[in-house]
Amino acid sequence: MNRLAIPKTYKLYIGGKFPRSESGRVYEVLSHKGDFLANAAKGSRKDARDAVVAARSALGGWAGATAYNRGQVLYRIAELLEGRRAQFIDEIESCEGVNAAAASAQIDEAIDRWVWYAGWADKYVQVAGNANPVSGPFFNLSVPEPTGVVAIIAPQGGESLLGLVSAIAPALVAGNTVVVVANELAPLSGISLGEVLATSDVPGGVVNIVTGSPAEIAPWLASHADVNALDLVGAGDLDWVELQISAADTLKRVLPPESGADAAAPALSRILAFTEVKTVWHTKAIL
Amino acid sequence: MKFLDYAPAPESQALLNLKSDYGLFINGDFTAGRGTPFQTINPATEQQIAMIATANEADVDAAVAAARHAYDGVWSRLSGSDRGKYLFRIARLVQERARELAVAETLDNGKPIKETRDVDIPLVAAWFFYYAGWADKLDHAGVGPNPASLGVAAQVIPWNFPLMMLAWKIAPALAAGNTVVLKPAETTSLTALLFAEILQQADLPAGVVNIITGDGSTGQTLVNHPGVNKVAFTGSTSVGRAIARSVAGTDKKLSLELGGKGANIVFDDAPIDQAVEGIVRGIFFNQGHVCCAGSRLLVQESIHDDVIERLKRRMQTLRLGDPLDKNTDIGAINSAEQLARIRELSDLGQQEGAERWSTDCVIPENGFWFAPTIFTNVSTSHRIARDEIFGPVLSVLTFRTPAEAIAKANNTPYGLSAGIWSDKGSRILAVADKLRAGVIWANTFNQFDPSSPFGGYKESGYGREGGRHGLAAYLKPAVRTGSRSIPAAEHAPVSKKSASASKKSASASKKSASAEKATK
Repeated sequence: MNRLAIPKTYKLYIGGKFPRSESGRVYEVLSHKGDFLANAAKGSRKDARDAVVAARSALGGWAGATAYNRGQVLYRIAELLEGRRAQFIDEIESCEGVNAAAASAQIDEAIDRWVWYAGWADKYVQVAGNANPVSGPFFNLSVPEPTGVVAIIAPQGGESLLGLVSAIAPALVAGNTVVVVANELAPLSGISLGEVLATSDVPGGVVNIVTGSPAEIAPWLASHADVNALDLVGAGDLDWVELQISAADTLKRVLPPESGADAAAPALSRILAFTEVKTVWHTKAIL
Repeated sequence: MKFLDYAPAPESQALLNLKSDYGLFINGDFTAGRGTPFQTINPATEQQIAMIATANEADVDAAVAAARHAYDGVWSRLSGSDRGKYLFRIARLVQERARELAVAETLDNGKPIKETRDVDIPLVAAWFFYYAGWADKLDHAGVGPNPASLGVAAQVIPWNFPLMMLAWKIAPALAAGNTVVLKPAETTSLTALLFAEILQQADLPAGVVNIITGDGSTGQTLVNHPGVNKVAFTGSTSVGRAIARSVAGTDKKLSLELGGKGANIVFDDAPIDQAVEGIVRGIFFNQGHVCCAGSRLLVQESIHDDVIERLKRRMQTLRLGDPLDKNTDIGAINSAEQLARIRELSDLGQQEGAERWSTDCVIPENGFWFAPTIFTNVSTSHRIARDEIFGPVLSVLTFRTPAEAIAKANNTPYGLSAGIWSDKGSRILAVADKLRAGVIWANTFNQFDPSSPFGGYKESGYGREGGRHGLAAYLKPAVRTGSRSIPAAEHAPVSKKSASASKKSASASKKSASAEKATK
């Protein structure tokens, strides 16, 4: 006799905890064949705002951590993802309708991206910073710093886990904290990624994952005054021009939508897009 | 004569050779504008200097077309070293005509001749000289090998450092291989038009730089023009917001350098007399018409009275008057409109309960003037502690601990500049780390250099001017060859035209990127 399986309850990931949507709403996640897989939380405006509060609270600690420490924490995500690969293969196969080999290749790529970005944590400042030879008795240094709270609309089509990882990893490298709206139709691997993050030394609130309708949630994030930057990488099917207009009210930094298999491809420019260059002039004594 | 009384020492205007009317500089020639001309006045006397043309929509079209033509036909095909040579020529011509430019700038803007002579114009030359050398070294700009220029840059600049802002905009744009349409501020167009004469002397190919004059609506027409690929704006946060909205959904790359409410933090171990000099430099330099001004003074409570007493004593020695006089410290406010705003906010400061103190200098009969003023007993909620006044008005707040100083300094939607005064290096470094501002001056203030990136956090805008970062603002990565594996080339945004045009026809017609944007 077959053992009766215990299905997982898929919830949001906010502030290091796994709450249900405060709205009490769920939506059905279906397999590629149309079979019921799970009820995912249908995140609301309040959930998005709670996530921003959590991200803001976590910012000081994450941005203030040493670059070496951030690099190790990001690397640890790769370690734990490797260990949970079977679960992700299941979720990706059923949601996306791909075979085990394709699902496995997607996970490989996602893991490798964590490793690649982890390695940048203590290097991007050297590559993007400068000592400036100013005409005067000053020690003049420009260094990139994290922009702050970054709201991301994760890629909506294609590879659900890889899309999410490709969008959040670069924002985390510099020390930003993130609120991400997951892939609406294939959210399961994203929620499970939250479980990986929760157990891999990523402080609570550094990554917040909201599932539900990007069209419903994105406007609240775009107009939220405590969000510093907006990555619209997965917003190509939304009215993203309106989101960008709304983001202009508080002069958020905005990245436009991308499409295709190489959306959010790994690049130093994705790290630097969510940094601010600070220039400090230190007076030198005249001897 | 008493101590600190000086005989007048006005700089001669004899070396100026101004015309009575100035046209637009389009495609290498001066042409009459099709809008209604306006007068530019000397804010120290309210006398007319010259009549300036207004560019209407057709003129903006012509300027953008000239810039496009020059981009396609000449400038984008020129070698980097040849572009650099033109910029070196410009730098040298600015140096040769430095005194003339300084006098003209002081006449038109109202700022003291010692500032235009010793700060503005030398920095203009330095900016062109610095970026000239970059033109054939773009591989090292930080956007990967073989970076591409953007195309036509629309640049709108403010009136507080007219020629300097022009240099900050034009030098990196040309070095990177772009062509330019620049609109100076309505009240300070004069030196931009003298600069156009310099471009003629440098034999810069026609259309590479076009200068169009007019009021805000001309600027608006320019930044919204579908034929531009890059928008660079320096000015108020409210206009910056409007520009960010209007370029949303287009492929135009945007740099914004907006307002500020800089905190100048003085710790109890600071060298007080030097700090007082820095406070004066922070807020009274250029009549406080400085986006990165140290307009909020945060003094550690234990030294508050001492600092304020010494500051007042120092302020009494500031000489306000004829901007052309070499001994003048405080010149004229640039316009009647700006003077009204400074007065309004200062009056509000008094009404809200702050204590107002101004130097007892003699205010000239004609022109626009505002005596150097400080407010003490200011609290963080006061309008004078929150709004950018953009005048010689300092708001003084106190703090007890470094943590309180940092919290108060960061308690603003702006994030452009900050100052730290302390004898303790470790404290300076730690505080500088925590301040959310793009430029931080430790034991100095209001220093600028072409090699040093300048720009804001938060609502003070985005993008940097100066240094390698300022160059990158006018470049994009080479076209990638489409590999998603690690390590990959740069990401390529989706075509926004197709995404927005289908979905949002109303805004798409207004915002769709230029048809020409793909010509590069």
